[in-house]
Amino acid sequence: MRPVLLPRLCRVAVCGGTHGNELSGVYLVREMLKTETRREDGESASVLMVLSNPRAMQQCRRYVDTDLNRCFTHATLNGPVSDGTPYEIMRSRELNAMLGPKGSRAAVDLVCDLHNTTANMGLCFIAYSDSDWICLHIFRYLQMPDTPMRFIHFDVSNKESYSLYSIGKHGFAMEIGPQPHGCVKSDIYTAMKEGVQHMLDWAGYFNSGCLFEGGLVDVFTMVKNVDYPRDGETRNIMATIHPRLQDRDFCLLHPGDPLFQTFSGETLTYNGNEPLYPFFINECAYYEKGIALSLARKKCVTIPSIRAQTEEEEEQASEQSFASEEEE
Amino acid sequence: MESAAVPPLSSVAICGGTHGNELTGVYIVKEMQKQKTDKVGSVSITTVVTNPRALDAGTRYTEMDLNRCFTDVLLSSPVTESSPYELRRAQELNAQLGPKGSAEAVDLLIDLHNTTANMGLCLIFYSIDWITLHIYKHIQNKMSSVPVRAIQLDIPISDAYSLESVGKHGFAIEVGPQPNGVLRADIFNMVKEAVDLTLAWLQEFNSGRSYEGGTVEAYTLVRSVDYPRDSAGKITAAIHQDLQDNDFKLLRSGDPIFQKFSGETLKYDGEDLYPFFVNECAYYEKKIAFHLAQRKTFSFPSICVKKD
Repeated sequence: MRPVLLPRLCRVAVCGGTHGNELSGVYLVREMLKTETRREDGESASVLMVLSNPRAMQQCRRYVDTDLNRCFTHATLNGPVSDGTPYEIMRSRELNAMLGPKGSRAAVDLVCDLHNTTANMGLCFIAYSDSDWICLHIFRYLQMPDTPMRFIHFDVSNKESYSLYSIGKHGFAMEIGPQPHGCVKSDIYTAMKEGVQHMLDWAGYFNSGCLFEGGLVDVFTMVKNVDYPRDGETRNIMATIHPRLQDRDFCLLHPGDPLFQTFSGETLTYNGNEPLYPFFINECAYYEKGIALSLARKKCVTIPSIRAQTEEEEEQASEQSFASEEEE
Repeated sequence: MESAAVPPLSSVAICGGTHGNELTGVYIVKEMQKQKTDKVGSVSITTVVTNPRALDAGTRYTEMDLNRCFTDVLLSSPVTESSPYELRRAQELNAQLGPKGSAEAVDLLIDLHNTTANMGLCLIFYSIDWITLHIYKHIQNKMSSVPVRAIQLDIPISDAYSLESVGKHGFAIEVGPQPNGVLRADIFNMVKEAVDLTLAWLQEFNSGRSYEGGTVEAYTLVRSVDYPRDSAGKITAAIHQDLQDNDFKLLRSGDPIFQKFSGETLKYDGEDLYPFFVNECAYYEKKIAFHLAQRKTFSFPSICVKKD
C-alpha cells in the first residue's frame, strides 16, 4: 500500500511552563534555551523553545488569572480586549501570534506542549485527533522501555479546541506523572528530556524522507469526567479517590469497583454502564474543575505508512489546492 | 530509670491546615467537627483549621509561613491590622490554645502536616518529653501499614517556631509522600489511625494504666543541604534518582545526591548522616533540598498518671 505523503515539519515548537508549577517542562525548556541545540540531520526542522506562562512560573502557580491552557479557542483568541482582560488571555494571543495564527498556513507545523500531572499516568500524548498520523507515528517511535506510554484522544472539534497545542498544524501535549506540582523529580525530567529528544530526532528523519511503516496503536478516547461527591451547600468534597483506585490509571474500571472513600470510611462504587479506563486519577488541579477522574474507551487504530513530501510533491499538492480553491 | 508520674492530659487540640495545601489534616479536622467530636472519654478535644485563608487560596500560606510564627518573640510582638495575616493568626491561636508556656495551655497539641517527601509517618517534636516518646512508641508498635519515625528538633522552647510548641506537650504528625493540594485516601487512613491511637492511649493513661519504659530511636536534625543554583538563584539540578524517595537511608560520602539538568551527577561529601525531607516542594524557596540527621537512642522511664 502506498504511504500517505505529508508536508515536512519545517517549524517545531516545544513549550514548557504553560502551567507555571509543572516544573519538568519549565526546566527542560530553560536547559534547551541555554544549550540551543539545533537538529542537523538531513532536512533540519527549526525548533522554537517557548516558556508559555512566565508570570505563573515566577510565582510557581498553575496560573495567575485563568488557566492558560483553556484560552486557545477561536472565540477567546479573537474576542475583544480591554484593560481588565486576564493576563493569560493576553498571553494566549501573544502565543497565537508567535506560533500561529491557529488555523492558518503560517502556523508552526508541530507544537509539543510539556505538562506534568499528580496522577500516576506515566507518559501520555494528549491530542484532539485520533487520525493525525504525524502525532501517532511520533508516539509509536517514542516507545521507551522504562516508561509506560499511552495515547489519549479528546474528541473536540478544531473550533472548540482550547489547548495551546491546537495552534500548530499538528500538536499534542506530552503529559508525565506522577509528580507533585512545584517539584521536579529526576526520573520524570529524564523521561521528558528523552521524549522530546526522540521527537526531534523523528522530525529530522521524517523531513529527510524516511518511510515510516504503518501499524496498530492503542488510543484512549475520553468519554466523560467524574466529580467527587460534594456537599450540596458548601461544595466541599465529601470523599476522596478510593485506595484501590488511587494510582491505577489505565487499569480497567468495572461497574461495582470501588471509586471513592468517604471521610467516615464508607466505600462508594462506580455505577457506570460499561467498563472504562480511568486516567487523571486525583489530579490536584482538577479539584477546582470538578474532576476526580476521567474515563476513556480504548480502541485500536490502524495508522498508515507515511513519508514526507519531496519539494516537487509539495509544489504539486500546493498547486492542486490552489486550483481547487479557485474552482470554489 | 525511675518511673515518672505525670499529671493527666485532659485537653487535646487537633490542628489541620496550618499549611493550607496540606490537605489530610484539614479533612481529618473537618470530619471530627462534622461528627461533633469534642470529647473522647476523659479527654476533651478542640479541633481547629488553623490557616483558613491559605486553605481557601489553596496555598501553603498567604503572607508568611504560619508554622514559623510561634517563637516567643513573634508571639509577643505588637501587631496591627496591617501586620501579616499569619502573624496575627498565630497570636489568635496562641490565645485560644495557649498561651505558650502557661498553665492554661492545652495539655497536648497535635498538628497535622503532609510532605511531598517519602517520609512515611513521622512525629516531630522539640523536647525529649516522656509523654511524646511513649505515644511514639505506642503508634510505632500498633501501626504496621507505614514506617513510623520520630524527628527531634534540638531547639529551646522559647525559639521553637511551630504550632505544636504552644501546648504543654506537642508534636506534629508529618505524613508523606502526598502532593500539595491532593488528598490521598491511604494517607488519610494512616493519619486517622495515628490520631485515634493517640486518643486511646491518653484515655488509658488518664484512667491509671501504667506504661513500661524502654528505648526508641529518633533522628535529630544536624544541617540542611541546598540545591546547586545559578547566578540568578534558580536551581540547576534535581535530587538524584538514587536519593529520591530514600528518606532515612544512610547517606555516605560519594553517594549521588543531585542530577544536573545538563545530565551531570553531583555527589555527597561529608559524614554519614540520614537524609529526610528529600525533595519537599515547599522547601525549594527555603533553600533546602534535604535535611541531614543523626540517629540517636533515647531512653524513657515507665510512666503513670499522677494521682492527686
